[in-house]
Amino acid sequence: MNMILPTAVSATPNGTTRPQVRIVIVGHVDHGKSTLVGRLLHETGSLPEGKLEMLKAVSARRGMPFEWSFLLDALQTERDQGITIDTTQIRFRTRSRDVVLIDAPGHAEFLRNMITGASQADGAVLIIDALEGVRDQTRRHGYLLHLLGIKQVAIVVNKMDRVDFSADRFKEISDEISAHLTDLGVTPSAVVPISARDGDGVAEHTARIAWYRGPTVVEALDALEPARPLEQLALRLPVQAIYKFDDRRIVAGRIESGHLSAGDEIVIMPAGKIAKIKTVESWPVTPLKGSHGAGRSVGITLDRELFIERGDVIAHAGATPRDTRRIRARIFWLHDKPLSKGDQILIRLGTRESRASVVAIEKAVDPGELSNEETKAIARNHVGEIDISLAQPIAADPYQDNPRTGRLVIEVNGRIAGGGLVLSVDAGQRAVPIDIVPVESALRPEERSARYRHNGAVVWLTGLPGSGKSTLARALERRLFSRGGSPILLDGDTLRAGLNGDLGFSAQDRTENIRRLAEVATHLARNGHIAVVAAVSPSADDRAAARRIADNSFREIYVATPAEVCESRDPKGHYAKARAGTLQAFTGIGNDYQPPARAELSIDTSAKTVSDATDEIERMLAETGILFDELVDLAANI
Amino acid sequence: MHLLNSDSAKDRLRGADLKSGSAVPQIFADGRLPPPSMDHLDELEAQSIYILREAFARLKKLALLWSLGKDSNVMIWLARKAFFGRVPFPALHVDTGKKFPEMYTFRDRFGKEWDLDLKIEPCPPIDAVDPTLPPAARSAARKTEGLKWALTKYGFDGLIAGIRRDEEATRAKERVFSPRGLEGGWDVRDQPPEFWDQFNASPPPGAHLRIHPILHWTEADIWAYTKRENIPIIPLYLSKDGKRYRSLGDQDITNPVASTASSIDEILTELDGTKVPERAGRALDHETEDAFERLRVAGYL
Repeated sequence: MNMILPTAVSATPNGTTRPQVRIVIVGHVDHGKSTLVGRLLHETGSLPEGKLEMLKAVSARRGMPFEWSFLLDALQTERDQGITIDTTQIRFRTRSRDVVLIDAPGHAEFLRNMITGASQADGAVLIIDALEGVRDQTRRHGYLLHLLGIKQVAIVVNKMDRVDFSADRFKEISDEISAHLTDLGVTPSAVVPISARDGDGVAEHTARIAWYRGPTVVEALDALEPARPLEQLALRLPVQAIYKFDDRRIVAGRIESGHLSAGDEIVIMPAGKIAKIKTVESWPVTPLKGSHGAGRSVGITLDRELFIERGDVIAHAGATPRDTRRIRARIFWLHDKPLSKGDQILIRLGTRESRASVVAIEKAVDPGELSNEETKAIARNHVGEIDISLAQPIAADPYQDNPRTGRLVIEVNGRIAGGGLVLSVDAGQRAVPIDIVPVESALRPEERSARYRHNGAVVWLTGLPGSGKSTLARALERRLFSRGGSPILLDGDTLRAGLNGDLGFSAQDRTENIRRLAEVATHLARNGHIAVVAAVSPSADDRAAARRIADNSFREIYVATPAEVCESRDPKGHYAKARAGTLQAFTGIGNDYQPPARAELSIDTSAKTVSDATDEIERMLAETGILFDELVDLAANI
Repeated sequence: MHLLNSDSAKDRLRGADLKSGSAVPQIFADGRLPPPSMDHLDELEAQSIYILREAFARLKKLALLWSLGKDSNVMIWLARKAFFGRVPFPALHVDTGKKFPEMYTFRDRFGKEWDLDLKIEPCPPIDAVDPTLPPAARSAARKTEGLKWALTKYGFDGLIAGIRRDEEATRAKERVFSPRGLEGGWDVRDQPPEFWDQFNASPPPGAHLRIHPILHWTEADIWAYTKRENIPIIPLYLSKDGKRYRSLGDQDITNPVASTASSIDEILTELDGTKVPERAGRALDHETEDAFERLRVAGYL
């Protein structure tokens, strides 16, 4: 046997259960961040063997005096330019804990990297050059710490050797930055005078700063606390995915706040559907007992089958997030092109993504200057408040109530372009979720299928106007009814006359139209009927959503009649009107119909009789387990 | 009926009548017992599972790079946890053909035992690789080429890789979701922002993403977790005749380090005191200052 299969051991591993705190070092370019990090590593004995010597040798070879910052500037590009361009992380240990130091670039051009680094931190050290004092990037970083939700900030006034360790100069800077941060709601935990190059104030008090009585940098770092998981807040479980790898239907996600146990009554937002947690699944041991709290990645099963998808948020009844299409947020903007009123963006909040548009912009400002407020656009590296209108309802909390479900990022062209805190959410129009108590049918599904000799299904006919969807749908309805089944026709236009009378033909309204059709059809299918849907449904995304709603009962039929045949038929006169310009947003003469790639069946009605086409559909339904040809088959299916 | 039943009304009031100043230090809003708190390894595991599930949800064609080493074995374990037992995408071994025999034995056994969809891809001969690289880096660069071949062959849009920030300075700058150019290259100067566990998961057509689910782990974390979860390892990691491998690569460019650690516990004790870097036995890291960085910019892991 060549492999080692360790036997179970109970001892807690050494060195990995110590508290770990992540601290970002921010501040204006050249104020000495990397130097401080290099010095801290040296003072705490954390440098790898040979590293210091190697870098000294490199410096000598390049004819440069040794700098502590070389330790971090491991990338050649950085050595050449003498600035840190991206976040890096370095670990060291103090007496009581492990510290992960995140060195973030100070150059304005690399603010996105500073944010990337700082967002991972529990606390921050803001470094200021004693000679230069508070600069624009100092203020900007201070403001961003506030927007990133980092409340523990220690200030380090560096290069005290350049001002002859003047206590007066120190106080001047200390007062200015403290006032700035206090305005933002951030109280500095310490203000420490140091010389990172010489070591004063880093790990030791030296004679040159004898007038200073506060903590050293190492002591100040020791006082920063690891962020606590948000167990005391209400349950928020954003859904990452639904897995059906076996006969379990597992809803997977990470508990962002609160906790849950099997048996809990939950509400799925934003739809407001209710269910109970049946089990908490895991691997290799499953199911899990007990309570599971914030920070855990879990998988749960529910006591009933209902439509749930990635982006939904699971909460406890009575303590749900709001469902909304309208959000006000305070954001920072990192994209080259300023964010303007009317811009179309993509919002990510938790695991939900939604298209959105910017309705209003207020208080746009350069956080480095904090003057000249704008209301038209938010420029790169600036901050501001925006009102966002979302294409679909989402579940969200104000940041004050829940920091995890109260923050969002903005994506432009598939790349993160900004982010910020949710200041407020407008309540949706929906009824209060707890009022919804789905009542289950008194009949069991097999009772119905025994009578109809079929299972419930959603037969979805999609295709261009005039392709023959309605004709086929009616023929199929007659055929199924004749064999004792229970078909129900749901024609797109018929529903638009009633249930969907409030909807027009914008992309958004078309999506909602399809969603309603799919929900109604799925309800019928669950109750054993075969819902025959005839709808142009040009968008592949919309049809995919319908398939998700109807799940296993969905059968898509692409009525693939050639466009010119459809136009020549023109049963409703729509093509003629569209050609004449009197009918807008008509699918058929443009290129806006997206044919299905994976339909269960494809039928060209110009090449087949209605009766042959109906045979084909019937055969497909039999082959895919909807229709039972013989009663013996039925027995096998129960 | 839309009326509240009395049970749910009561549920909502639970805990509300507790007096302030009660001896209970923390009042939980719903009166349930607090869950057991998470230790350091629990936190690492939960974060990695979250990342793996995000990758699976947002990319179309994923593969997990299985180098057979301790890190990628932990990663496979985490993937099995994330997806409840079975890894739902292929495990890709880009094989230089020069690994240790113990590694191949391990691959053949656990590829089956873990029910992996194992894909083994060869690397091109050394002549096909940039001749200006120093010898060991050039040898390692074969793997980058092999990877490019595999990418072209299968059309993966996401590759899950087991690199860690603490291994090496350039890896410390990585994103969790790291976009790669059409040639597989890494543009360290133009990395997109990544924060709040929101990831850039839309590579341009033809390009791909590297996903790094254990970027935030350390070498000691890997061992502590391997021990806790009872994950099998290749015996080369344990001391034999006063030496052991801390990191496993190709036979000809990987050397053992002096060590007496013959169990995971002893490895953890050793790591607690050491200042020798993990990749000390990897020749390619030490040839020139920038050899490793050049490899990574070209698409090495």
